[in-house]
Amino acid sequence: MMYVKAFLVGGVICALSQVLIDRTRLTPARILSAYVVLGVILSGVGIWGPVVEFAGTGATVPLLGFGHTMAEGVKTAVREQGVLGAFTGGLTASAGGIAAAVFFSLLAAFLFQPGDRS
Amino acid sequence: MKLDRKEYRALCKEQEPSSPSRRTVPAAFAVGGALCLLGQVLRTLFENMGLDEKAAGTAVSISLIFLGVALTALRLFEKIAKFAGAGTLVPITGFANAIASPALEFKTEGFVLGTCVKMFTIAGPVLTWGISASVVYGLALWLAEVMG
Repeated sequence: MMYVKAFLVGGVICALSQVLIDRTRLTPARILSAYVVLGVILSGVGIWGPVVEFAGTGATVPLLGFGHTMAEGVKTAVREQGVLGAFTGGLTASAGGIAAAVFFSLLAAFLFQPGDRS
Repeated sequence: MKLDRKEYRALCKEQEPSSPSRRTVPAAFAVGGALCLLGQVLRTLFENMGLDEKAAGTAVSISLIFLGVALTALRLFEKIAKFAGAGTLVPITGFANAIASPALEFKTEGFVLGTCVKMFTIAGPVLTWGISASVVYGLALWLAEVMG
């Protein structure tokens, strides 16, 4: 059942984003930035937590989930370390993904040649 | 040729690149949903390997990022993205592609000033906004705690 919910909720989020792209011509940088910030906000006001409970990776794999991960990390870190946690929590929680993206990309740049743009 | 406003608009509409939402939206739904489904399959796998919920989530992200970078390097990502649009952009694979694609493309300008600088062309704003939002949220939580 969780698989069906993940597929449906993830699909709906992507479909809505596609409508946004078709209608507005927002650039990827803006859309991705907006989604991460929106994820922090939705998580902060307590909306995204229940959606994650319901849909699992359908709610965490879209970039909104990246914002949610940061917000959750900050919440835990502030509880444990006070104001210091406000600065450490977000990156600590998302460190795995960021490090992976940077490292794998560097590796890809070492190993592969850029294609000619035809 | 003289056009009134109405005719001009009609002409513009004709010339505009068509954005057939009837095709793009279902494609985004199907591919985006499939990636989330793959994430759920991986998560179950990692949890069965004994990872707790948080660690499994991180492992899923890293796996999908690896997939996104690999597809980018093999030049398959752009083909899928052309069809699936937001279906590949919005899941975390899109974040991976946003870093891997310029990293690879700007290799010709050198590893430091090309790859290492340009890989943050899109990821830079995403990280800047994401980090800042999380700090603001953290400070708000802290203030609420101190005052409450």
